[in-house]
Amino acid sequence: MIDTLVVDLSRWQFAATALYHFLFVPLTLGISFMIAAMETVYVTTGKTIYRDMTQFWGKLFLINFALGVATGLTMEFEFGTNWSFYSSFVGDIFGAPLAIEGLMAFFMESTFIGMMVFGWKRLSKGQHLLVTYLVAIGSNLSALWILVANGFMQDPQGAAFNPITMRMELTDFGALIFSHDAQAKFVHTSIAGYVTAAVFVAGVSAWYMLRNRHMELARRSFRMAALFGVLSTAGVITLGDALGFVGAHAQPTKLAAMEAMWQTEEAPAPFNVVAWPSQSEQRNVWSIQVPYVLTPLLTHTLTKVVPGVDQLEAKAAERIKNGIPAVEALKLLAKNPNDAAAMAQFKAHEKDLGYGFLVTRYAPDQDVSKATEADIAKAAKDTIPEVSVIFWTFRIMVGLGLLMLAYFIYAAMLTISNKLEAPQNRWFLKLAPWMIPVPFIACEMGWIVAEVGRQPWTVYGMLPTWMSASSHSVGYMIFSLVGFVSLYSIFIAVEMYLMVKAIKQGPEEHGTPSTPVSHKPQPSFGGGFAPNPAAPMSAHKE
Amino acid sequence: MDLYLILQVLWWVLLGVLFVGLGTMVGMDMGVGTLLRFIGKTDTERRVMLNAIGPHWDGNQVWFILGGGAIFAAYPLIYATSFSGLYVVILLLLWSMIVRPLGFEYRSKIASPGWRNAWDWTLLLSGALPFIIFGAAMGNMLMGVPFHFEWNMRSVYTGSFITLFNPFSVLAGLLSLSLSVYMGGVMMMGRAPEPIAGRARAAAGYAALAAIVLFAVLGVWVSMVNGYKIVNFPGAGVPQTPLQQTVELVPGGWLSNYKNYPILWAVPLLGFAGMFLGWMSVRGNKHTLAWWLGAVSWIGVVGTIGVAMFPFLMPSSSNPSQSLTLWNSISSETTLLWMTGWTVVFVPIIFWYTSWAFYVMRGKVDPKEVEADPHAY
Repeated sequence: MIDTLVVDLSRWQFAATALYHFLFVPLTLGISFMIAAMETVYVTTGKTIYRDMTQFWGKLFLINFALGVATGLTMEFEFGTNWSFYSSFVGDIFGAPLAIEGLMAFFMESTFIGMMVFGWKRLSKGQHLLVTYLVAIGSNLSALWILVANGFMQDPQGAAFNPITMRMELTDFGALIFSHDAQAKFVHTSIAGYVTAAVFVAGVSAWYMLRNRHMELARRSFRMAALFGVLSTAGVITLGDALGFVGAHAQPTKLAAMEAMWQTEEAPAPFNVVAWPSQSEQRNVWSIQVPYVLTPLLTHTLTKVVPGVDQLEAKAAERIKNGIPAVEALKLLAKNPNDAAAMAQFKAHEKDLGYGFLVTRYAPDQDVSKATEADIAKAAKDTIPEVSVIFWTFRIMVGLGLLMLAYFIYAAMLTISNKLEAPQNRWFLKLAPWMIPVPFIACEMGWIVAEVGRQPWTVYGMLPTWMSASSHSVGYMIFSLVGFVSLYSIFIAVEMYLMVKAIKQGPEEHGTPSTPVSHKPQPSFGGGFAPNPAAPMSAHKE
Repeated sequence: MDLYLILQVLWWVLLGVLFVGLGTMVGMDMGVGTLLRFIGKTDTERRVMLNAIGPHWDGNQVWFILGGGAIFAAYPLIYATSFSGLYVVILLLLWSMIVRPLGFEYRSKIASPGWRNAWDWTLLLSGALPFIIFGAAMGNMLMGVPFHFEWNMRSVYTGSFITLFNPFSVLAGLLSLSLSVYMGGVMMMGRAPEPIAGRARAAAGYAALAAIVLFAVLGVWVSMVNGYKIVNFPGAGVPQTPLQQTVELVPGGWLSNYKNYPILWAVPLLGFAGMFLGWMSVRGNKHTLAWWLGAVSWIGVVGTIGVAMFPFLMPSSSNPSQSLTLWNSISSETTLLWMTGWTVVFVPIIFWYTSWAFYVMRGKVDPKEVEADPHAY
């Protein structure tokens, strides 16, 4: 039996390093495409201001990218170092998308990023543009393969357990990569990255506009970001709904937790807008409900019943009972792979093997054949993830998503009607830099919903989290946690410092001499700032 | 012949290709890192060195990342057992590697000497340490590592991390460090102007000589330790676990493949030839030839270990019968087949654009341009 403290520490370490990594990834995903769009305008129109924009945002992109690469390495290592049982159990399937990510995406992204940074003088305009696109495509393909791997953890498609090799093995590669969860999640996550980049670019641009610095660059960048933001925020919300819809089929327990549905109710069921869920009492201490809304929201029908915690737990208990003989048979097969009777018993109970594993931790001497009704009930209770955490992180994510949609619609209206710089809209420019943390928080919340919501499984319905961890001592875990915390704290401090410094320093403008007006210091911001006629609408030509 | 068996052997060869790719490409960049403060005396000289590998280090590093991913996918049990068993060492490797991207990207963003010195030392550490650990890990595989499995294939490591730094493994670490310094030195001969190139030449020469001596000492040492031999197992190309085999220790057993097939002595010979001819071409100032001979040395060294241990990959010193071999730790046929498909399509493309990138950036780095270029490292 692995020490439960070691499992908990392993979870904290993985969660902390993954959340940290995920601070840098979304910005990379989005800003790489925004930079490619800027450079496209530069190459097609020849306006040097767009080259300045490409290079300036490119510089910020690189500061962020370095930490994304560095912290990504940790993720690849941690499966082996801290989740070794998970790794050998599903490596046959899970490893493949990671390896393909390296071959197809990461090599491309990393090779061309060198060309993107160092190639300005050695490549033709067209070649450099191509290189920039390859970096953007590479980073997004990278996300695709990682999320295919993650999709497998959420909804294990295309694989089967092989009792001879004692692990899950790939049976259908197509089912693995075209898993609905993986696809919906990829689009939702990468578009969330575009939103992040749009908020970042708009925020920094607004900061310049408030100070009347680099007006030409800031104005064009803001406009681009606003339009990019409207489209991608609308996309992220639509795809989020699709992901919830897919998830409803794959992971009913996550869904019940997201909506704090303790009891199964007749369709159409009411929707909890806010609630105070109590896990121990399995009820909401209080809640504000809107009748009938939940069913159409989740099932896109009025009649389908959404199972609540009560039904899900009862079903889990049944599956645990059915899974126990599978584990017993597996033990016999481990001793003698040719035991035909054991193989027959295994085949009969195979589909609930994971549930059999789930009860092992509570069974006396970890022998499932000795598991009592009370042990089974405990394990069944475990199948319901931490409702209050998931309920609230989900609501924060959705709330912030809607906030950003409103923000971008307003931003787009202002920038299209050229009223952004009008004195009465100065508050909006002041708000924009404060919006920068919002998408980052929303992304982290989304990650928590997805991964805490998957508990108690690392591979949903197949492999419990407590079994997946490596057998380490607590001392080892403290060593690594201390190492990560100290290194990562230094990293974020250095990164933020350089980022802020680069922003304060601003772009190097060799820009268009046709707009000298905007470079002159103005007495005050509202001092008769007319929309610049030299700023053509082609700014948002993407 | 059975398809699964062919795929198994193919992926054993590909594992070697990955290690050679790691040794040459990552080794080159890390060698430059190790030499940073020794052959780059001024800030500008160091910047020239960093900018010479600047366009390539990120792409090269993917050999390392791909190595991890490919072992995960093709040898899940090796990945799980080695990464968790060697926990402390792997984390030191990881931490020394994750500070590297920041070193490249952040060092020259601020002009203060204290800031730059700190990052120089970081880059030095993150150049030298990974290759010492990489070699030491190989050394430990030859010596065997104490681990065993529970009934459900949960691996349990029973050694302490101090035992991983035994004298044999430390020498193996120094061998891989020498080859990495050699690759880095040769790279600087080609890409850096004088006086850096001259110092790089001296360093590469010494590194080649050190590698020859270390490779010879380790070879003699290996002939005197216990090797492992499979007595009984379900057979090659048959799905199995390590619980179904019997393995015994044989004194000098790591030489038995060479004794049975004397033609295989060509492999270690290739290693020595690469190093010696490499040393000659460094002296003759032929840096491109010297680079390729460095790659030959890596093929020789990785091949020598592979041949000696075949079919073992990670022997268990505490429970030899549960040693991990090519046959009992490899992925399923379906996975190997799919991975082979992706490899066949993408590896040529990778070689093509990597060569293109090196071609675009050919020639020596000009110190004046580095100082004038706002995008430079």
